[in-house]
Amino acid sequence: MSDKLKVTVDGIEVEVEAGTTIMQACEEAGAEIPRFCYHERLSVAGNCRMCLVEVENAPKPVASCAMPVAPDMVVSTTSDTVKTAREGVMEFLLINHPLDCPICDQGGECDLQDQALGFGGDASRFEDNKRAVENKNMGPLVKTIMTRCIHCTRCVRFAQEVAGVPEIGAIGRGEDMEITTYLEASLDSELSGNVIDLCPVGALTSRPYAFTARPWELRKTETIDVMDALGSNIRVDMRGREAMRIMPRNHDDVNEEWLSDKSRFVWDGLNTQRLDRPFIRRDGKLVPASWDEAFDLVESKLKGKGDKTAAIAGDLVCAEGQFALKGLMDALESPHVDCRQDGAKISGPRGNYLFNASIAGIEEADALLLIGSNPRLEAPVLNARIRKRYLAGNYPIASIGEAVDLTYKAEFIGAGADTLADLLAGKQSFADTLKNAENPMIIVGQGALTRDDGAAVLASAIELAEKTGASFNMLHTAAARVTGLDLGLVPGEGGFDVAAMQEAAQSGALENVILYGADEIAGASLGEAFVVYIGSHGDRGAHRADVILPAAAYTEKQATYVNTEGRAQMTEQAATPPGEAREDWKIFRALSARLDVTLPYDNLNELRVAMYEAAPHLAQLDEIVSADAPQAPSHDGLGTATFTYAVSDFYFTNPIARASAIMADCAKAKGARSDAEGTGTDG
Amino acid sequence: MSVRRLNEEQPSEFAFTPENISWAEGQIAKYPEGRQASAIIPLLWQAQKQAGGWLPEPAIRHVADMLDMPYIRALEVATFYTMFNLSPVGEHFVQLCGTTPCWLRGADDLKDVCRKVIGEQGDITEDGKLSWLEVECLGACVNAPMVQINDDFYEDLTAEKFEQILNDLRQGNEVATGPQNSRRASEPEGGLTVLKGDK
Amino acid sequence: MLRDEDRIFQNIYGFEGADLISAKARGDWDNTAELIKKGRDWVIEEVKASGLRGRGGAGFPTGLKWSFMPKESDGRPHYLVVNADESEPGTCKDRDIMRHEPHKLLEGCLLAGFAMGAHACYIYVRGEFIREREALQRAVDEAYEAGLLGKNAAGSGWDYDIYVHHGAGAYICGEETALIESLEGKKGQPRLKPPFPANMGLYGCPTTVNNVESIAVAPTICRRGGSWFAGLGREGNTGTKLFCISGHVNNPCNVEEEMGIPLKELLEKHAGGVRGGWDNLLAVIPGGSSVPLLPKEICDTVLMDFDSLKEVQSGLGTAAVIVMDKSTDIIKAIARISHFYKHESCGQCTPCREGTGWMWRVLERMAAGRAQPKEIDMLLQVTKQIEGHTICALGDAAAWPVQGLIRHFRPVIEERLANGPMQEAAE
Repeated sequence: MSDKLKVTVDGIEVEVEAGTTIMQACEEAGAEIPRFCYHERLSVAGNCRMCLVEVENAPKPVASCAMPVAPDMVVSTTSDTVKTAREGVMEFLLINHPLDCPICDQGGECDLQDQALGFGGDASRFEDNKRAVENKNMGPLVKTIMTRCIHCTRCVRFAQEVAGVPEIGAIGRGEDMEITTYLEASLDSELSGNVIDLCPVGALTSRPYAFTARPWELRKTETIDVMDALGSNIRVDMRGREAMRIMPRNHDDVNEEWLSDKSRFVWDGLNTQRLDRPFIRRDGKLVPASWDEAFDLVESKLKGKGDKTAAIAGDLVCAEGQFALKGLMDALESPHVDCRQDGAKISGPRGNYLFNASIAGIEEADALLLIGSNPRLEAPVLNARIRKRYLAGNYPIASIGEAVDLTYKAEFIGAGADTLADLLAGKQSFADTLKNAENPMIIVGQGALTRDDGAAVLASAIELAEKTGASFNMLHTAAARVTGLDLGLVPGEGGFDVAAMQEAAQSGALENVILYGADEIAGASLGEAFVVYIGSHGDRGAHRADVILPAAAYTEKQATYVNTEGRAQMTEQAATPPGEAREDWKIFRALSARLDVTLPYDNLNELRVAMYEAAPHLAQLDEIVSADAPQAPSHDGLGTATFTYAVSDFYFTNPIARASAIMADCAKAKGARSDAEGTGTDG
Repeated sequence: MSVRRLNEEQPSEFAFTPENISWAEGQIAKYPEGRQASAIIPLLWQAQKQAGGWLPEPAIRHVADMLDMPYIRALEVATFYTMFNLSPVGEHFVQLCGTTPCWLRGADDLKDVCRKVIGEQGDITEDGKLSWLEVECLGACVNAPMVQINDDFYEDLTAEKFEQILNDLRQGNEVATGPQNSRRASEPEGGLTVLKGDK
Repeated sequence: MLRDEDRIFQNIYGFEGADLISAKARGDWDNTAELIKKGRDWVIEEVKASGLRGRGGAGFPTGLKWSFMPKESDGRPHYLVVNADESEPGTCKDRDIMRHEPHKLLEGCLLAGFAMGAHACYIYVRGEFIREREALQRAVDEAYEAGLLGKNAAGSGWDYDIYVHHGAGAYICGEETALIESLEGKKGQPRLKPPFPANMGLYGCPTTVNNVESIAVAPTICRRGGSWFAGLGREGNTGTKLFCISGHVNNPCNVEEEMGIPLKELLEKHAGGVRGGWDNLLAVIPGGSSVPLLPKEICDTVLMDFDSLKEVQSGLGTAAVIVMDKSTDIIKAIARISHFYKHESCGQCTPCREGTGWMWRVLERMAAGRAQPKEIDMLLQVTKQIEGHTICALGDAAAWPVQGLIRHFRPVIEERLANGPMQEAAE
């Protein structure tokens, strides 16, 4: 397989694998090849012609992106022929380009601008009128200025290949070819924002970001996303204290260079509904208070009442905060701690709750069983990885759950736990498919675990994995969940889990509940309990609270998150928390002092030393530390009920998303779209 | 090619007649299993025929559904190939070849006839009988100038003959197709130079 | 001059029936099984020996093309696809084969398909040829009924199916990979090569795409022998060829003639000569709109074959001879051709999508005298920026006629521009 070929590029000899393209060989040799249509994660189109190079003995210039190298090929990227060819293509691209750069949001990060400077001529010879193209609606996220389009078809290929929603096309032909969706419908994809990054010009830009900033005035912070449990690598662009936009960063093993629409466009949610000062409830109403007043109140309720106090950690919170909360609860001698606000019945060794095959490992798999998971909504970028593997062929996929459009073909072999029982009993043929595969995978979604028989589902899935030789993979939906489990935020000896806490709160057995960013708990379920909410947004938890202690959002702290595959990553602080809000761990540390159980660390470093002692793998950033093998937990037997998926309202899964007007627009567009489909406009 | 848009006014729905459904199934059967998309041009063409000479938007979806194709892919095809009329046409739809071989032999005179009898390109006469469009080479260059009206070629035209044809069609008179002079097909007028044989 | 008995297409004008009985009377389907029993290699060798070069325009040796198909199937079926998307301006020969000699084409399909290990053949007819498609389908139906197609086609032991497919108005589908895309139900946008169709063609399977005429002459070549065909014309340019003579001649026509016939002889013998006499000739486009025109002084002597026309910086193309007499506004004539290419560009790759419209607009202005003299050189440069820089040959085809115009009629353009404003005032 490693048949090396010798290729000479601009006099430099390189050895490359057979099958390498000329473009890759040129890059190997350090020669820069301009391009517009070529993108390494999309199929080769070869249509822009910008990457033409001269190959010895070839009658005409060759598109280097599409042509494989041949032995002893001699390539020039600097000859007059190449220079002329590039200038020619550049000129053609520009004759009908509006050159409205001063008002273009792509300005400063435009491939056309950059390459015109690098490879174009210095004057225009085109005397006729430029083409004008009508803009097309593509929904609330993607703004179109189609006169700028250079027809590279990256967006078409992305929608077809990566997103798996073949909804963008190029209609018409010749110079009148136009990019559009069918009847200008908005894109039905959770990945649509990626076409903005892919568009090499300003034809597809971010609608929410339109005309708000110039890229060079933004402060860019490289950090980690928490909208799902994937841990996508992102960059947050700030102007002053305001988040202006979020972009993906490349991480081959996590999100490649894609980002889900929620992760990308949630930024306006960071700027609204913020808790920027403490509040206390007085006469039934929340009123502003000082930190001291707030702490006084908490102290009066909690002091000496450790056994009557419970804590729930939410979906977006960090390891440091959870470690401090756990420390506080231990110090208060309360066993009533839970990080599973959705009630997922997860227990057992670390292997029981990780995506053990790793995200990149999806590409090595050769069969897949989904149990109660709709990865398209639970982790859209991970779903794109499954689709990528699917497109490579020979990848049977089956799903237990309600039939949904996953963007790839899956056989829905049943909707409920009885199908899982059948698989275990060998009564379902997909069990053989798994068994006969070299590298089969089972993915269990949270929807399968939050039910009464969740423990039995977990146990059965693990047993099935053992029986068929499949890897066991849990797909989380909460970015906080793996760290919560890693740090032991589950009920201790005699402790209540979330459901029991609610019962106890209603019966009065519990008097106090700390909601740490936990917003998925129905307020009424906490009875008359005194509720302390610690978090960043005025959402459900804050509405129920008796005291609100304002904390930092994920972009406002340097904090550790572990993604669904067990990879620890650290966010960086893009902004300080707003107003009087504080970093989460500091709040717990201050509270512990008030309650006379002072936590044994005075700064973040000291906290981390302690945290790493408890969970050493958190220190190993960007690594997946191997976990103990899964072990089926004890259970009371499988039920038969149908699985429901963990995520139904994709755009509203957490308090930041619910604060985002952009997410609301997306949900509206999605609703309008399914209404249209529902009324049967099909001919 | 100029920008081609779907007609503003569209019927609410389209469905093939039972005869056309079975015809379409026959077409699809020409291609290997799973390759049914190959039949899209014939099916869209049949839809256009059924709809009276133009392709309504619901027909594009109807055909796409039949072939299990994304709508946008079907729309790409419908807008790429210029024989798909995206707006209504006259009962007798004239495609007038204006490319150089026909132009050399008087295509401009035929255009004048169209303007006189019908109006501008795309206009439909009030009686709904006629409309015209200048098209590119129709492949009957040795019988230039020529037009295609619906399924038939009318060749070796003069302005006078062409006007007569349009008027006859309008009135429902029978019109001879093919060359409008003494030729049978592509042989030279005024006597064969080859293959004289016993003819 | 070619003798009538050496003409392959005896019924090209359709004076006799196109039906199977008439076709058989002309010698079609005469013991086809015997030809097939001589084997695949024999068929390919005969076609190679005939020197037949593709009749669709590019002139690639047909036998050699067939030999590129894998000798053994790797499990994928092989396909023969016949390019009947005849759309090159000036060209109307395949139309006559389909409506008057369809059985020559069908028998050719069987022989060629057999020679390349194909059991299925698609004939892609341009959409506008509705009557021709019907004629061809009638012939296919007849052939099936007579057992000449289908299982054990013509008693040869070879199973063979022919399907008639059609387009819907797109010149670009005459490009072989665009045709394949179109046949797969997509827009007709040419593919990148490699991979070549012989390796990855229709449905990802080994495929050969041939022009109608190339396939239709194959049975006669096999019957009469490659050497017979090779004995006509001259070396490298053998055989007979259907010529389409249009434009300013007294009697436009199609005619089958020997390759290498002098252009002047072709026009005078068969087309009644140039309107107003030979001296009234301005220029000839000798091979369909894609090839550069030739001014009269070249036409006086040039021979009609691939190599002779290449020597004078033009080409035989499809052998569609477009004649223009001195009354012709040559700038307008070429501008109209440029409009054609702008109209037919698929829009996929940059130089063609943007360049064809640019050339057309400049030429329209030039025809009206509304351009600056420096734009002549600029226009020439634009043609060079397109030529050789596109995915398929449409870019070249759009550039060449403009290059031909500037090469031979630059003074006419210069004069038009010099008199531009006056010209406009006069209008």
